[in-house]
Amino acid sequence: MNFPISLTINGVRRDIDLDDPRVTLLDLLRERLDLTGTKKGCDRGQCGACTVLVDGRRINSCLALVVSHDGADILTIEGVARGNELHPVQAAFVAHDGLQCGFCTPGQIMSAIGLIQEGQAGHDSERVREGMSGNLCRCGAYAGITEAVLDVQQSLATSNQRRSA
Amino acid sequence: MMNFDYVKPATVTDAIAAAAEPGSAYLASGTNLLDLMKGGVSRPSRLVDVTRLPGLDRIEWQPDGSVRIGALVRNADLAHDSEFARAFPAVAEALLSGASAQLRNAATIGGNLLQRTRCAYFYDAASACNKRWPGAGCAARDGENRMHAVLGWSEACIATHPSDFCVPLVALNAAVEIEGRNGRREIALDALHQLPGATPERETKLEPGDLIVAVLLPAQSRTFAAHARYIKLRERTSYAFAIVAAAAALRIENGSILEARLALGGVAAKPWRAGAAEQILTGCKPEPGIFGRAAEAALSDARPSGDNVFKIELAKRIVVRALTSAAAGTPERVPALPGSPFSSVSGVLHD
Repeated sequence: MNFPISLTINGVRRDIDLDDPRVTLLDLLRERLDLTGTKKGCDRGQCGACTVLVDGRRINSCLALVVSHDGADILTIEGVARGNELHPVQAAFVAHDGLQCGFCTPGQIMSAIGLIQEGQAGHDSERVREGMSGNLCRCGAYAGITEAVLDVQQSLATSNQRRSA
Repeated sequence: MMNFDYVKPATVTDAIAAAAEPGSAYLASGTNLLDLMKGGVSRPSRLVDVTRLPGLDRIEWQPDGSVRIGALVRNADLAHDSEFARAFPAVAEALLSGASAQLRNAATIGGNLLQRTRCAYFYDAASACNKRWPGAGCAARDGENRMHAVLGWSEACIATHPSDFCVPLVALNAAVEIEGRNGRREIALDALHQLPGATPERETKLEPGDLIVAVLLPAQSRTFAAHARYIKLRERTSYAFAIVAAAAALRIENGSILEARLALGGVAAKPWRAGAAEQILTGCKPEPGIFGRAAEAALSDARPSGDNVFKIELAKRIVVRALTSAAAGTPERVPALPGSPFSSVSGVLHD
């Protein structure tokens, strides 16, 4: 039995005739849509490498069945830059050395974008670390990752102030 | 993962009929179930997707001040609902101390109640486990068992219930609303989870087809809001299950405890309400001596199930810490490190 599924992925509508209910969102992105920026680390919801935004919220795509997400709006790492212009979180990861091998980075960046949108951490480095604890980094780039997130939070606060002034 | 049939019913009635068939399992977010299915631990032949059932994703305040939390409300949404967090701060803190932000965004509160134990032998399909295979034996009894139960365990099973959310809920007299083949009923959360005894495969009072549709918190439990904490010791500060945890809630007037609530997590197959300790605290001044006596009472029946005698002393100290923190007052905002004994908020003892 096939399942007709419609998703919006990085702003593009994709109609999928799903032949197997077991397919996770992660495997759909990587194996069927060639969006390999989203990484498979543990495949069990423990490492965060597969983090994407679904309807604006960060989740582990390895623990999401496609068949249950008909109609969802999905943002992956491929959809965050504007042409050659990096997303501010991507640029901050570069500026602060928030990576070494890079495998966890797409998940870290999607998680950081989600964290900033959630608006709970502010400029508190402890809240940022707590809010990013679902993303493991075996290279141990945590210090740079935290600095990158705080930097983006600071820039956003400054530009918001300018806008309201 | 074994293949399965997939159905997405439009009504609760259809969902119950589909899920009552042998081999069926409900699917909400799937953060626990899909993990178990990938490991071959759960092998449902049919998934009944409840995520689109109408009306189960709301937090509803009742005229009497109680709250009805729909089973499909996401953990993060409940924890960050400011009215809820003000009324039930220990519940919000427990939710935010659990899992990761990604998992809290997905996981539902109904699913949280029904998550399975994290016993490594339950998770390893090649190990003996009476829960997975009744009569197979328990590999944990002679295995790595320092994280296992110290209360309410049996020779058949020493696993613990991993939920943080359930610990303050059971302390605050939460109830569960269930729809089943014979209509709607309500039971105390404390009566939902079963101790293992000789039948550890039977974890809850739910019958085939039963669907948890809501969690209810009584208005009276809001009277603890000024003195309520959840304290959870983990092997790392974030994104880990509890070694031991405690929810403490006090109603303090004129310097005395009018009423106390206490429950422990990580120590048994269910969230563990410590009624005897609550009685000891009632009418006393909130002071270290009485907190110590309450902790002794809460763990008086505890005994190690393996290399975990340390958990008994640890649990006593976490009880004292939770009571001390609750007495000091609920912080204005959930601490940066929710539930952590290492968080720098009021009421923390550095001893």
